[in-house]
Amino acid sequence: MALELTLHTQPEVPLEAECITPHRLAGLSAAKAERLDAMHGNRKVVLGDFFKAAGKGADETVLTGDLSLVKLIGAQMTQGQLVVEGNVGMHVGWGMCGGEITVRGDAHDWVGPEMSGGRIVVHGNAGHMVGSAYRGQPSGLCGGEILVHGNVRNETGGAMRRGLIAVGGDAGDFTGVNMIAGTIIVMGHLGIRSGASMKRGSIVSMNPAPLLPTYEYACAYRPLFLKLYLEHLRGLGFAVEDRHINGRYRRWSGDSLELNKGEILLFHR
Amino acid sequence: MKIKKTEIIPTYAEAFEMWGGRAIITADNRRWARTAAQSMTGFATSVIGCSCEAAIEKEIPAEQTPDGRPGVSVLLFTIREKDIKKRLMERIGQCVMTCPTTACFNGLESAQTVSVGGALRYFGDGYQISKMLGGRRLWRIPVLDGEFLVDDLFGVQATVGGGNLFIMGASAAATLRAALAACDAMCEVEDVFLPFPGGTRSGSKIGSKYKELVASTNDAYCPSLRGVSPETKLPENINAVYEVVINGLNEPAVREAMRRGMIAAAEKGALLISAGNYGGNLGRYKLDLEDILGDGG
Repeated sequence: MALELTLHTQPEVPLEAECITPHRLAGLSAAKAERLDAMHGNRKVVLGDFFKAAGKGADETVLTGDLSLVKLIGAQMTQGQLVVEGNVGMHVGWGMCGGEITVRGDAHDWVGPEMSGGRIVVHGNAGHMVGSAYRGQPSGLCGGEILVHGNVRNETGGAMRRGLIAVGGDAGDFTGVNMIAGTIIVMGHLGIRSGASMKRGSIVSMNPAPLLPTYEYACAYRPLFLKLYLEHLRGLGFAVEDRHINGRYRRWSGDSLELNKGEILLFHR
Repeated sequence: MKIKKTEIIPTYAEAFEMWGGRAIITADNRRWARTAAQSMTGFATSVIGCSCEAAIEKEIPAEQTPDGRPGVSVLLFTIREKDIKKRLMERIGQCVMTCPTTACFNGLESAQTVSVGGALRYFGDGYQISKMLGGRRLWRIPVLDGEFLVDDLFGVQATVGGGNLFIMGASAAATLRAALAACDAMCEVEDVFLPFPGGTRSGSKIGSKYKELVASTNDAYCPSLRGVSPETKLPENINAVYEVVINGLNEPAVREAMRRGMIAAAEKGALLISAGNYGGNLGRYKLDLEDILGDGG
């Protein structure tokens, strides 16, 4: 049986609830779950001040309500399933290394910061800094997968080192900025300055994109690895067209201001 | 024991432990996948004179391969565990990577792995790219028509090599028909391959009167030597013998292949079926023919 947490009182300021993660909730009764600590702004509260709990903590946790102001859900998650039936606030899946988070609405900024494994699926849109490094940190996403079915805003995959970020819609500016390695696939359009200061890694888009002058055109070809990635995404319920799986891509190498070992692949036909 | 009119000699095949892996070769079409697979399995009939034993296991339809393209699976065995990585690396590097449009994936899930793509990647001369997808590392090695994609790790495991059948008949043509029927039936079994060309002929014994040779003709089963070989085991009505060597990922697969092979050969009119062994002193597996026929009821 899953533990169900239903928001009954909307926070006035952000609620930091890093206790809402399967390994912290495992084995807890509903009453005990409601007594877990959280921070409402600078004030210490218990979860029950905002959530009504039902069931018992197990591998699956279901959250219901508009959690746009609830931060750090799924923090340090190692296993299990966490489903949010609504929007979710900042820093969802912070430090996550296993399990799966599903957000049926939109996600705020900083999806999956310092994540190293597991999967986050956002069925709506996500904000800035998806899978990006925190300011001052050397690397962002270090493993695992972040799938956003809608649009994302700026600096997606900033300084990411490993893993996969897939975006069903459009991405904002600076996608893959400072990217160290890994893969970003954007089914829609890329904003400006994609791959700025990228060292290694792959940024893929299914549409033409404005590229920095520090990227050099290589060729048009069918990168086989991408077929595996796109089939993988399709298997996870991502909308991928056959023409994208079997099509040719134009390859640009860059960023020549860095190692020049990164690539931007743009769907050709 | 008899199957129809075919006599089954009460003996056993002596088989050995080998080490094996499976490569899935894909390409833009069947032609190139097969070309690469044929190249990879060339000169790999017997460890007596080849560095490994290998053969095409089966063709794989596009919808069942890792990259959705037509594929061929290849099994490759070596005598020693330490050799398997080198043989896979050599043959994938020299025979698959050099073939147009191909890619090569691990086809054997095993706790034990060897890094093949991880060794081949250096061919990329620093331009190779690593990709991790679902916990699996792939290497993209730039080649002249695009990229050669290869799995980093290939599963390897202890396997069974040297299962065998001697199929005997009244004439070479009739015996070959029976042997080929046996080969066709055996190739239907999963996890099994027949390393000899077309699956049959082979026929050697250990050692020779010439001390530098490790193997020589199996005079006991050469019809033309019946009058001169003191070891002959052939009755007068036998004028041809075909040996089929069977290697497999596990003993049950080899036994099942031998069972189907004996039945198919008998249905095609083989007069006698036997097997080769070394007195049970060398191999780990004793594959008793009558026992095996009992497996299938």
